[in-house]
This record gives sequence, C-alpha cells and structure tokens, in this order.
Amino acid sequence: MWNYEKRLQYPVNITRPNAKIAQIIMSQYGGPDGEMGASMRYLSQRYSMPNRKVAGVLTDIGTEELAHLEMVATIVRQLTKGLSAEELEAAGFAPYYVDHTAGIWPQAAGGIPFNACEFQSKGDAITDLFEDMAAEQKARTTYDNILRLVKDPEVSDPIRFLRQREIVHFQRFGEGLRLIQDDLDSKNFYMCNPEFDPGCGKQSGKSNR
Amino acid sequence: MMISQMNQAQLLHWIDMVSFAVVEITEYLDTHPCDEEAMKYFNHYADLRRTAMRAYAEKYGPLTIDTANPDNYWQWASSPWPWEGGNC
Repeated sequence: MWNYEKRLQYPVNITRPNAKIAQIIMSQYGGPDGEMGASMRYLSQRYSMPNRKVAGVLTDIGTEELAHLEMVATIVRQLTKGLSAEELEAAGFAPYYVDHTAGIWPQAAGGIPFNACEFQSKGDAITDLFEDMAAEQKARTTYDNILRLVKDPEVSDPIRFLRQREIVHFQRFGEGLRLIQDDLDSKNFYMCNPEFDPGCGKQSGKSNR
Repeated sequence: MMISQMNQAQLLHWIDMVSFAVVEITEYLDTHPCDEEAMKYFNHYADLRRTAMRAYAEKYGPLTIDTANPDNYWQWASSPWPWEGGNC
C-alpha cells in the first residue's frame, strides 16, 4: 500500500507560464523515458525479484519515481495555468489543448500517448536490472536535452534535481545487479533464470540473505 | 534556527531537506544493509523528520494522514495542494 505526503519532493514554484516548454517537459510525465514508465517498471518488476534487497531497491525507487511524476505534472500545470486559448495556440499547444484543455494527461512531447510498451517486466533479474540501468540513463539524457532548451531558472532548477536522481538510481541498480550476480554461478550467470527456475543460484535456497 | 522559530515556508523547506536525506539513505541501505554509519545517519534524519512533521501539522495542518489531528475542521483536503505553488 501507499501513503500520500502533501508536499513535493523538491519545490516547484513557476511564475512565468510558457506552454512551449510545457509541451517539451510533458514527455517526462508520459513519454518513452518518463516518470510514469519508470515507476510502473520498477513497481511491476519487484514481485518476482528473487533477492529481497533488490526488491527493496525497486520498491523505494519506484515510490520515489511517483514523487517525480508529481513534480513533472506540477511543472506542466504551472507552465500552462492561466493561459488563454489564443496564447496556447500561439505556443503550438493547440493540438494538446483541443483534447485535454489545460489538464494533465500522459503523452510524449510529440503527442504519442503513454502505453505499457514503454517499459518491460521480463521476469528475468539480469535482464530487468540492465533495463533499469538503461532507463535511468535514457531519462538522464532526456533531462539533459530539456536543460538545453529551458532558460528559465524556475524551471531548470527542479529539472536539475530530477536529472541528478537518475544518476543516483543508476548507481543503486548497478549495486542490485551485483547482488543478483553474487547469488549466481560466476562461470555462467545465464545457466538458469533466478526468477523462474527452482533452485537457481550457486547457493540454492540462500538467495534472499 | 530551531524549528519552533521557523515560519511556514522555512519549516516546509526544512522538511524537504531532512526527508530527502531519509529517502537517499533508505535507497543506499537497501543495498548496504550492514553499514552502521549509514544507519546512524538514517536514525538522525528520520528523527528530525518525525519532529518536523509533527510541528508542521500542529501549526499549519497535516502533510500526512498520520499527523492529522482533526478537531472542528478537516484541513487535509482544504489547505493548498502541492502543485498549486507559492507554498515554498
């Protein structure tokens, strides 16, 4: 289960609306490397993860990603709040406006709707952890790309916080991968799948230490 | 500054800082469960967070349901939501 905390993980206070920038940042809400995919990926992968510590990393990082999702939504909301239909249209926001007005809906910057194919839950610990590490790098690149386009410090400050978290999470998933590999036969990590094959691992039955 | 002297914005900023320390060290401890220094760090910041969350709830309304203590008005859903801005 989850509890809600009535605050943002890092403050967002944007006083200058800019729908052009909102359209770009929206990608980190529902785009291919966005926070919705990140949280759903980690929270889905954990159920069959054989190592409890790694399931803990997936749970805690997946939870933090929900807080990032809220920060990104807040940035988009504050960048579009109070703008007229004419102002939104002038910023190139009309295609989004016609379907969602100024509501928050998960899509990529180019308008492609969020869907579950943007992440995997493969049921194989090594495969999933490599996916997770790649996902953190892809999100980091997206934030780097956003930072090249955004000049307003009220927007770039929380984006820099989010970018930094991708780097820390990459490190944690790398440690998770090592924990998984430590439980396997070092001569061949791929002899069996520890999420599927009974007794898989060099010390059968002790993989949850 | 003692938290009793902080205004609302300062106290929320303090909560953001100590809560971030707790999140960061929680994820670290998930993969380093024997690091005693890290556990000291966790206990220190988790305690600061608990105290600050209680102080905030008393003065400005609850940030969590666990610190809500309603008397004659349900503040949880009537104080500003975090995305509204201007709270920090």
